[in-house]
Amino acid sequence: MKLFQEQTRLIRFEQIILPHLAAAYNLARWLTRNDQDAEDLVQEAYLRAFKFFDSFQGDDGRKWLLTIVRNTFYSRLSQQRRLTTDTAYDEELHDGGSEAYNPEKLVLQNMDKKMLEQALEELPLAYREVIVLRELEDFSYKEIANLVGVPVGTVMSRLARARKSLQQGLGQRLKVEVRDDLR
Amino acid sequence: MTCAEVQKLLTAYTDGELDLVRNLVIEQHIQDCGDCQKLYQSQQNLRKALRTGSLYYAPPPGLDKRIHKVLLKENKPVRAAGWSRRWLAIPVALVIFLGIGWVIVQNLTGASKTERLSQEVVAGHVRSLMVNHLADVISTDQHTVKPWFNGKLDFAPTVEDFSDKGFPLAGGRLDYLDNRPVAALVYHRREHTINLFIWPTETGSPRLETQNLTRQGYQLFYWAKGSMNYWVISDLNGAELADFVKLVQSQ
Repeated sequence: MKLFQEQTRLIRFEQIILPHLAAAYNLARWLTRNDQDAEDLVQEAYLRAFKFFDSFQGDDGRKWLLTIVRNTFYSRLSQQRRLTTDTAYDEELHDGGSEAYNPEKLVLQNMDKKMLEQALEELPLAYREVIVLRELEDFSYKEIANLVGVPVGTVMSRLARARKSLQQGLGQRLKVEVRDDLR
Repeated sequence: MTCAEVQKLLTAYTDGELDLVRNLVIEQHIQDCGDCQKLYQSQQNLRKALRTGSLYYAPPPGLDKRIHKVLLKENKPVRAAGWSRRWLAIPVALVIFLGIGWVIVQNLTGASKTERLSQEVVAGHVRSLMVNHLADVISTDQHTVKPWFNGKLDFAPTVEDFSDKGFPLAGGRLDYLDNRPVAALVYHRREHTINLFIWPTETGSPRLETQNLTRQGYQLFYWAKGSMNYWVISDLNGAELADFVKLVQSQ
């Protein structure tokens, strides 16, 4: 009977959680910025999720799984941080200055995928993840707040700053490209 | 509102996350103020580029299978170390032997017909989830599902969609319970699947009030009414499943 129960638990888990593999991988890929690390992260997250499946309240499997992907990533990161100190992150530092930027220079229609990808990859983690959760996963502010574990107001300000630095990053890329074209 | 204040809220405005009042104020402001409008436009452009830029990374092929393998391995019960399989075979054989004997005795006494049936219902439910064999006729339309049973069963089950009550019909299939083919209707509640089994009662059997059981983590309800047996099973919580039962009974 125990074996049978374990089987049905696995079947149930795979039925409810496995369909969100694409979302899990996408988030993992954007967090790690690397194919192999993303795959490892997703596998580890699925194992963890399976372990804690009894704590799943049955509301939103995608949000639940992505929370675990994210937590797994950060606990790995803190292990690595002990070895190397990098990407010290400070919200104020990444504010990108308070002077107004000129939106007219941003001809976003000309933007190709590669540029967008690079600009998003260059964002600090805390910004990158809110953009992915908002624009690619279409979560509401409240859901993101819940998933990331910060107040809704913080989600809003992070998104604002994230978009600003994204636009700045794209603006610089466009400038470089124009210069190359003129040469 | 000043431009600075508006610009602070522009992100939330773009995302449609502002309350109605501030939403209107900003909408008005953007129409009147060229600078803020440009900023808003650039936010919109960025949003559009991100959303249509196919930035979504697809998982590598076969990753789902690899995860399945890892989970299967994880799920295996840990064997007592040092025990050879040969030694294990004796108690296992004994258990199987006793099990068969127990089943025979149970069948002979007939005392636990309900128990046997509930096991069959659980097995039917799990089987239906296991191999993508939830429904033979996949439809949310009761007028498609009901005629499908014609000619496949010697009775006509009542089929009703409860979408408006939060239990959408997902389809139907044939199953086998209590030594006869039965109608199985499939409903959904969020991520949960509900199986409703229906078949005729033996002639002369009395009306049965709603009973509730829990088997292997599943909630089961059963009753007999209008010369039909009804069994409902799901991993949904008991309270919500009871609501579903009431809906079915009110048909």
